[in-house]
Amino acid sequence: MDAKVNLPVTEKPKLSVRHLDFYYGGFHALKNITLDIPERRVTAFIGPSGCGKSTFLRTFNRMYELYPEQRATGEILIDGTNLLTTKEDVSLIRARIGMVFQKPTPFPMSIYDNIAFGVKLFETLPRIEMDERVEWALKKAALWGEVKDKLNQSGSGLSGGQQQRLCIARGIAIKPEVLLLDEPCSALDPISTGKIEELIHELKTDYTVVIVTHNMQQAARCSDYTAYMYLGDLIEFGSTTDVFMRPKKKDTEDYITGRFG
Amino acid sequence: MTDKHMSTQFDAELSGVSTRVLEMGGVVESQVARAVYALTQFSSEVAAEVLATEARVNATEVEIDRDLSTIIARRQPTARDLRLLIAISKTIANLERVGDEAARIARTVQRLVNSGVSSRMRLPVNDLAYESELAVAQLRKALDAFARLDVDRAVEVLKADDLIDQEFEGCSES
Repeated sequence: MDAKVNLPVTEKPKLSVRHLDFYYGGFHALKNITLDIPERRVTAFIGPSGCGKSTFLRTFNRMYELYPEQRATGEILIDGTNLLTTKEDVSLIRARIGMVFQKPTPFPMSIYDNIAFGVKLFETLPRIEMDERVEWALKKAALWGEVKDKLNQSGSGLSGGQQQRLCIARGIAIKPEVLLLDEPCSALDPISTGKIEELIHELKTDYTVVIVTHNMQQAARCSDYTAYMYLGDLIEFGSTTDVFMRPKKKDTEDYITGRFG
Repeated sequence: MTDKHMSTQFDAELSGVSTRVLEMGGVVESQVARAVYALTQFSSEVAAEVLATEARVNATEVEIDRDLSTIIARRQPTARDLRLLIAISKTIANLERVGDEAARIARTVQRLVNSGVSSRMRLPVNDLAYESELAVAQLRKALDAFARLDVDRAVEVLKADDLIDQEFEGCSES
């Protein structure tokens, strides 16, 4: 399905997806997806398991390249460059477009080194500037107050919610333009989830955020735009208020009202 | 125990809609007072001002209703948040009706003035002024009780309603 790209004129797209198809071997997982991801907004993808939302997210930073039988065709444009075909080093793409996964994945090192590791791959900073960058990232992720006195302790010693905020801090430390969040709260309790949602609201002043969630209420709470996907198709895309108040498609309304299946 | 949500956005939306209700209440209160003034003074000009403001009152109800629907859709409020939003929905409908009554008084004034009847009428001005002050004071007290979530004050409003009913009956008989 080729959904209309319907961003309001006041919104500037950060990522433009045009006729994107994705295949797992012979399986056609994403079908002719076209939409714009607006800059410095939170865009949520919802839909039942298997709809392709995580697959879609992983095309943005070419995570699928790790697997030879997976391929994407079409365009994903960022500042006019097609991410899918550019000759640019994929590590540099992933520095601009960071990702946080469902299961918190702290590196087996200290909290400080978790943040510094990624920065060191791309920048050579003197110690004092690295310290400032680590502090900045942890403050941005609303974690600094809880860890400032134990930066040398292992990241694995933190609670689940703290580990996830550490992963977010790690992601933003290299100053990306886009943050991809793949069900970032699925493994967390409600209070940790609330803290992450509050953090997402603050992050969008600086970053374009794309979040995949199986919890549609989370999409309703914390996103500006929502896309509903089903079996590899983009069914509807619009402002979150419109999608949750007056969805254009009956399929969308059936899903969000729980009349699905 | 804190009264703030984890989401500052949610808090901002709730306090925003509550503030708008109080603003609407203030406008409606003023509408009633001005309409009664127009009646006691047979002022067509003041009546016209009241009628010009009526559309704004109606539009405000529609806007607040839309905001309530958006909050409910996006936040899935429960318990006291949900009760607050339902109470606001009923409150703005009642405020809009008060606004309608003020506009009716203003139209009555204009009819009386236009028909020339007003020059021959002697209204019980003091009684009208007294009763309208009671009614406006009730409205003000109810809005104040809402602003402070003050149950005692709300009960006072309910109890004072009987007094206003008696005054009205007394005025009607005479």
